Amino acid sequence: MSSDKILVGIFGLLGILFTYWFFLMKKEKQINVVSEVDITVSGGYSPEVISIPKGKPTKINFLRTDPSDCLSEVVLSDFKIRKELPMNKKVSIEVIPQKPGEYKFTCGMNMYHGKIVVK
Amino acid sequence: MEAKQSLRSSDLKKTFPIKGMHCASCVRVIERALSRVDGVSAATVNLATEQASVAYDGNLVTDQDLASAVESVGYKAVLDQKVISEDERKQEKQKELKKLRSKVIVSLVLGGIIVVGGFFGLSPLVQLLLAIPVQFWVGLEFYRATIPALKNRTANMDTLVAIGTSVAFAYSAFVTILPQVVEKIGVEPMPYFDVSTIIIGLILLGRYFEAKAKAGTSEAIKRLIGLQAKTARVVRDGKDVDLPISEVAVGMVIRVRPGEKIPVDGAILEGESSIDESMVTGESIPVDKGRGDSVVGATINKTGTFTYKATKVGQDTLLAQIIKLVEEAQASKAPIQRLADLISSYFVPIVIMLAIFTFVVWYIFGPAPAFLFAMLNMVAVLIIACPCAMGLATPTAIMVGTGIGAEKGILIKDAESLETAHKIDTIIFDKTGTLTHGKPIVTDVVGNVLQLAASLEKGSEHSLAEAIVRKGEEKAVKFLKVVEFKAIPGHGVEGVVDGKRVVFGNRRLMVREKIEIDEKKIEKLENGGKTVMILGVNGKLAGLVAVADTLKETSKEAVNKLQKMGIEVVMITGDNKRTAQAIAAKVGIKKVLAEVLPDEKEKEVRKLQSEGKKVAFVGDGINDAPALAGADVGIAMGSGTDVAIEAGDITLINKDLASVAAAINLSKKTMRTIRLNLFWAFGYNIILIPVAMGILYLPFHILLNPILASAAMALSSISVVSNSLLLKKAKI
Repeated sequence: MSSDKILVGIFGLLGILFTYWFFLMKKEKQINVVSEVDITVSGGYSPEVISIPKGKPTKINFLRTDPSDCLSEVVLSDFKIRKELPMNKKVSIEVIPQKPGEYKFTCGMNMYHGKIVVK
Repeated sequence: MEAKQSLRSSDLKKTFPIKGMHCASCVRVIERALSRVDGVSAATVNLATEQASVAYDGNLVTDQDLASAVESVGYKAVLDQKVISEDERKQEKQKELKKLRSKVIVSLVLGGIIVVGGFFGLSPLVQLLLAIPVQFWVGLEFYRATIPALKNRTANMDTLVAIGTSVAFAYSAFVTILPQVVEKIGVEPMPYFDVSTIIIGLILLGRYFEAKAKAGTSEAIKRLIGLQAKTARVVRDGKDVDLPISEVAVGMVIRVRPGEKIPVDGAILEGESSIDESMVTGESIPVDKGRGDSVVGATINKTGTFTYKATKVGQDTLLAQIIKLVEEAQASKAPIQRLADLISSYFVPIVIMLAIFTFVVWYIFGPAPAFLFAMLNMVAVLIIACPCAMGLATPTAIMVGTGIGAEKGILIKDAESLETAHKIDTIIFDKTGTLTHGKPIVTDVVGNVLQLAASLEKGSEHSLAEAIVRKGEEKAVKFLKVVEFKAIPGHGVEGVVDGKRVVFGNRRLMVREKIEIDEKKIEKLENGGKTVMILGVNGKLAGLVAVADTLKETSKEAVNKLQKMGIEVVMITGDNKRTAQAIAAKVGIKKVLAEVLPDEKEKEVRKLQSEGKKVAFVGDGINDAPALAGADVGIAMGSGTDVAIEAGDITLINKDLASVAAAINLSKKTMRTIRLNLFWAFGYNIILIPVAMGILYLPFHILLNPILASAAMALSSISVVSNSLLLKKAKI
């Protein structure tokens, strides 16, 4: 096997490992929220994981700055909420979770994910 | 732009725009004015967003109070924001679509010139100049979505398109600018600008059609929102004043003329008319209404003029509740979606890894020119993968399904209920108020006992007592004075009338009183589906009163329809066995659960479930809430305007029993659409990704051109959305 093929093989393997590590081994950073949180919607949700208290109203403000059509809706299916997110306009959602646990929120096409951890 | 998930109805928060603000001092003025309203616990105003947020007690404060407070200090509160935000949203969507369309045209025209020009020897440099605007202006949105996504260590569709087209573009630019370098390694310096430009054009074309089709999936909710009246003609000091709907408050008197829309819910004070309620309740025949009858906002007054008092406004109206319920149902998740959810979270990274793998394998083992094969196949893999189709498969069908339901007066609480309904094999109908009208009437009086029975029952609260008293009034009997009245639960009533001891009730009471009864006569009446009550005077049988509840006209047909669908229909009632059997026979029900007390209905549901049955319970939602909740699907029959929407998983506001079969049919059709969508979305990716990787090259020498890959990708999500839209044509 020629040296360029060996190189491509090595770099390809490294590329696959890097892709796995980069996307699938990401550590979740959890933000503790008291009563209100701003989530920037750009290439995903930032912060991506929020921790909120049980039984208390929490206001989640989404601000979409990313033109991707995928992100133009946010869905909190456990709370039965689907909201359109117009570009550069803050959209507030208020939730009062009654049970501790993890609740996902996603974009309209289920490509981007975020998580609400209720404690 | 505020959504709430509040649990206590009295404890509300509302955010609404304020017009006319220009400085920071306005903030304090408005905040003070709002705080002064009784029942408002907190008010904050934001100058930057020009919005006020108010926390208040919903029992004490109305929208009108908030609006007046803001108006009193010289500003305007826009509380009718749903309509405005809908319009804004629509405008914004249209603007986005227009922009998308022009981008599609630019990329396809420039891409077309490159493709055709390529055949006629168009210089690579000119091709490069034509491809630059497509890659960096039209394709900018792919980069703008990819860069922040990579910052968050996530990836999506756009990431795949951005990587795929960038590889094709970068390679082409390289061979255009430095052809001698590739020539040196024995590769013909041929650019692939057609690939990068046409892929971008086709994918955006797909998005354009997809966005248009997607708008169709939420048509039902938009139509419901559009039903809201904009103004109301309020009678003030004897004069008619047109007020915006947001300013109408509970208690106001409103005049409605023929052909006009009824603005909010209320009760008629004067006048009568025929009202078309089809747009809200799905009930097709106009209903005649007069003084005291309730009217529903957004319905159309057909014939007469009347005035009515507003009883529910804003978010409390039936229409607003329906909209809220449908919106919530459309946002909920069907259990069938779980697998797609799981796959979609790993999908894009896996496709990137497969693309790298494809490049390596083709480069090492592929035929010459290995680099070109490796690159084009890698681009094809990146482009053909379509996670969107998987993401859209379930929600679009749920949106269309719940929307169709709402239009026909079938309100579905969430996606899970819609999914479960198609598995139902047993339906229990509560008799009273569901199969029957729930208003019993006296059908037979044996012996001269009506006066005694009616006098005695006047003091009773039993549901049958009302029928007997009404009959007495009809016959103009003189009600006698009753002393020592006593109700004996599960038996009947007793008392002393005219010095005689009178007992009135069922067999058990007669046994207790040791009164001999004429069983034959009673049986005969019971066999006709009537409930028989026996009257004894001074220890001797005096006569009988038979009461019957009339069947609804649609009951038999509805039961028949369900039986034809292979569903076992069961009737449940507190009536005695013989009466129950007789009524069940009239509608064609074979299995009867009789003499079941109200609190035992849930137990009967559980019993059937323990036999492995999937059970739906159909009731009026008033006293059978536990059974409705216990069933796999609780179907509540709405009672017209005063709908207990939250009572069931499915609420039939059209009061039509035939809708039970329609709801199950709707569930079956929606599930079939979802399954087809998922099959298509999964199948597409499972089959075409390996094809793009070149799996067919060895046996058949077939490779997938990246341009064809982009066309297939664009078609795949459009076909999923279009399939969901086909549901609209389904007959239920």
